[in-house]
This record gives sequence, structure tokens and C-alpha cells, in this order.
Amino acid sequence: MAGDGPTLTNLVGVLALQGAFGLHVDALDALGVESKLIRVESDLAGVDRLIIPGGESTTMSMMLDRNDLREPLAARIGDGLPVFGTCAGMILLAVDVSDGRADQVGFSAVDIGVRRNGYGRQNQSFTTELPVPVLDAAIPAVFIRAPRVERVGDGVDVLAKLDGDPVLCRSGSVLVSSFHPELSQDRRLHRYFCDLN
Amino acid sequence: MTEMTRQTGTYEVKRGLAEMLKGGVIMDVVNAEQAKIAEDAGATAVMALERVPADIRVDGGIARMSDPEMIEGIQAAVTIPVMAKARIGHFVEAQILQALDVDYIDESEVLSPADESHHIDKFAFTTPFVCGATNLGEALRRISEGACMIRSKGEAGTGDVVQAVRHLRSILGDVRRITQADGPELFEWAKHLQAPLPLVQEIAETGELPVPLFCAGGLATPADAALAMQLGAQSVFVGSGIFKSEDPAPRARAIVEATTNFNDPAILVNVSRGLGAPMTGIGMDELNVHYEDRGW
Repeated sequence: MAGDGPTLTNLVGVLALQGAFGLHVDALDALGVESKLIRVESDLAGVDRLIIPGGESTTMSMMLDRNDLREPLAARIGDGLPVFGTCAGMILLAVDVSDGRADQVGFSAVDIGVRRNGYGRQNQSFTTELPVPVLDAAIPAVFIRAPRVERVGDGVDVLAKLDGDPVLCRSGSVLVSSFHPELSQDRRLHRYFCDLN
Repeated sequence: MTEMTRQTGTYEVKRGLAEMLKGGVIMDVVNAEQAKIAEDAGATAVMALERVPADIRVDGGIARMSDPEMIEGIQAAVTIPVMAKARIGHFVEAQILQALDVDYIDESEVLSPADESHHIDKFAFTTPFVCGATNLGEALRRISEGACMIRSKGEAGTGDVVQAVRHLRSILGDVRRITQADGPELFEWAKHLQAPLPLVQEIAETGELPVPLFCAGGLATPADAALAMQLGAQSVFVGSGIFKSEDPAPRARAIVEATTNFNDPAILVNVSRGLGAPMTGIGMDELNVHYEDRGW
């Protein structure tokens, strides 16, 4: 089970263009893992993992361009930098996005198709207990105007499902969730990511 | 296979959306066209209302919840969250907004109050609420009624940032002072603030307001947004400051960039350049009606 051995991580970058980046930093602090906020290219120095937080994917996508971060980040992800995207982060890492803006471009790092706000508006946002076999446990999962995974390509492992929908997927060193582990006090998914080879 | 239990309208879910809106700009819009401009500029959400506060000031009269048709038009035009305002204490307007499936309800002093002593029982709703506050006591009373996000009130529709700064400093200054208080002093703080003791004790433990704190009321420039963020706000609301300026689209975009890069003066120089005239504004000493006084 993840968490027993020494962590492979030295420094996790948390993309801080907009959204719940602070809660990811809190989760990493609780695990004793060092982190750093990423807003411009020079912030990437020394970072050996990256978290793309929840927030508004349209805003983050625009700010990636305005802060000249898109190309350097795409290059690092292409070189195998382990990345964890939650909610909006999942949208930015997916290959296909439906119900997004026409000019919304992501990193195409995991071969899934997602529908933005696929579970509805805020009144349909929900919490649940989600069994995650790789953690050998059920964890609290908070879905906020969450993306719905509608297609899973070859080479993508579905690590958790909710009523048939994939909600946690992994492709190599890229991990994506439709829900927000940072909104609970359960740190096991962050631990799993920090130990990911 | 059994369906897993899903709970809607929980505290985690309500507060969760406020967390997702951090580090961004929520823009007041009065129609679908403005909502598109806001989304194109990078707004994290839009606030649908009938008239921006600057116009409410000029027109006078009673300001109410917007026409559902206008809200639906905005919901259809954008993919980002749509908020809308209900009058203080007007729980039926809030019921209507919830039935419209808006993403956040603002029980707002910018509209004419419907109740002179009671705010809405916000626990009775699935839709989360944001409320304004001028000081920590007011913020904690709103949280005790179920608000999951607080915005410092400032003075809407003026383009004058001075009240926003005063309210942020008041709320966050008292939070800092409470972290230095001992047990008996916390009782005194609760009495002084007219706020529930458990919330005061929570602040003493965490050093933070129990819910996200955003800033509103009088922000008109990228520098104003960065000032609010450096003072400790976690996001900004911009109302009249965008659509009452000479050229709204570039100003909206610049305020978004300033909010992300609030600590980087070199970037603030670039985004502040050549934006045209900001809204003319009204100085605090020229005001007849002070919206900040509404709310109890």
C-alpha cells in the first residue's frame, strides 16, 4: 500500500493561476512533502511533480497563455513529469473536451474524453464515499460541477468508478480525478500520487 | 450493483465552489452579451443583475432580484458559474433563484433590503450563499446563518476602493488579533462582535475566517484588484468598474491577470498599460446612500 516507503518526491509544483491551489499545498504540508506555487516559467525550477488544481478550466487555460506557461509546462509533461489533475485539472489534461469553449486547449496528456459540468450545475454537486481499490479503501469524494468521463482510451487505467462512470484514471505518470481530494482531510490519494513512479 | 449514496447541498459542496473560485474575478453583468465579454476575459463566474450598482445609484428607486428571463439568457450564454442577487431577507427571491439553478446566491445590500432585522436562513437552501460584511462580527453572523462565502462590502458603484480596504483591514485585523487572545478574552471577543463563540474559537485555532473571504465594492483598476489580494482577499468581485469604464473587454482581462499575478509588480505594469479611462466614480463624501449600512 502506498505510503509505507520513503517518498520519491522532492518538490511538488502546484499550478496557482486560479482555483483551489492552497488546499493542495495544505494536503502536501500534512504529508510532509514540500511544494511550491507555479505562476510563471521560472517557478518550475527544481519541481519534480505537478498538481493542476480545481477551479475554472477556462480561466486557467487563458492564464496559461497570458503567463507564457503553456509551452514550458507541455514540454515538462511530455518529458514524463508526473502530474495530478483534479476536476479542472482533469479537463486541462484530457485529450477531448465537450461543452468547453472553442478556444480552450489543454495538454492532451491522458487519452480520455470529458464533458465539462457533466454532472450538472452547483445544485447537483455532491459528496460521496468512493471505493478506490489501489488505496484498498473508500475515500470521501467531493464533486463540484464536475467533469464526466465519457470515453477512456487504450492504455488508460480506470482506478475508480462511480455508478459506472470512471472518476479516477491513470495513464503512466498522469493521474486525473473528476472529484476534489483536496476538499477532504483524507490525504491518501495525494500520498499515492507522491509515490507514483 | 447498488448505487452509491450522493449527498447534495452539503457544507463541503457549498464551500467547495467558493474554494474553486479563489484567485479569480467574479464580474457583474446585466445581459448575455456582457456575460460573454466577462467569460472571454477569463472571469471565474458572473453575477447576473438588472443594473450595475453605479446605475442603481443614478436611477434611485427600489432595486430587486433580476427577471428570470435575463438570468436564463446569461446561463445559456456562458459555461462558467452564474450567481444572482436576492434582497436582504427576501427568502422568496432566493427560492426563485434556487429553482432557476443559479450556482451561488448573493444576499446583497446593493439591492433594496426586504427585511429590516432578519437575514435569510441560508441553511434551508441547497444553493450556496455569499453575503457582504463590513467587519468580523457581521461576517460571523452571516456564517452562523449559513453563508459559505463572505465578501467585504466596500461601497458598490463608486469606483472608490477606500471602503473595500477599510472593511478588509477591519475583518482581517480582528482575525489576527483573535489569534493572540487567551480563553477568557475569546468570550469577550464573542460578546464584542455579537457573534457565536464557537466561530470565534475556530478563528483562534485556525487563524482564518471559517469560509473564503473575497473583496467587493469599488474596485476599478488592475491595481485595485492586486491591492485587495495583497491585503488578504482570496478573490475579487468587480461590478461597475468594468462595464462603466471606457473599454470594458481589455480592462476585464487586465483585472483577471492582475488578480493571478497580484504579487508581481513587473506584470502589473504590463497589464495596467493603455486601458483607457476607468469609471469616473463617486467619492465617498459625495454619496447620498451608503449601501454598507444595509445588513444587520
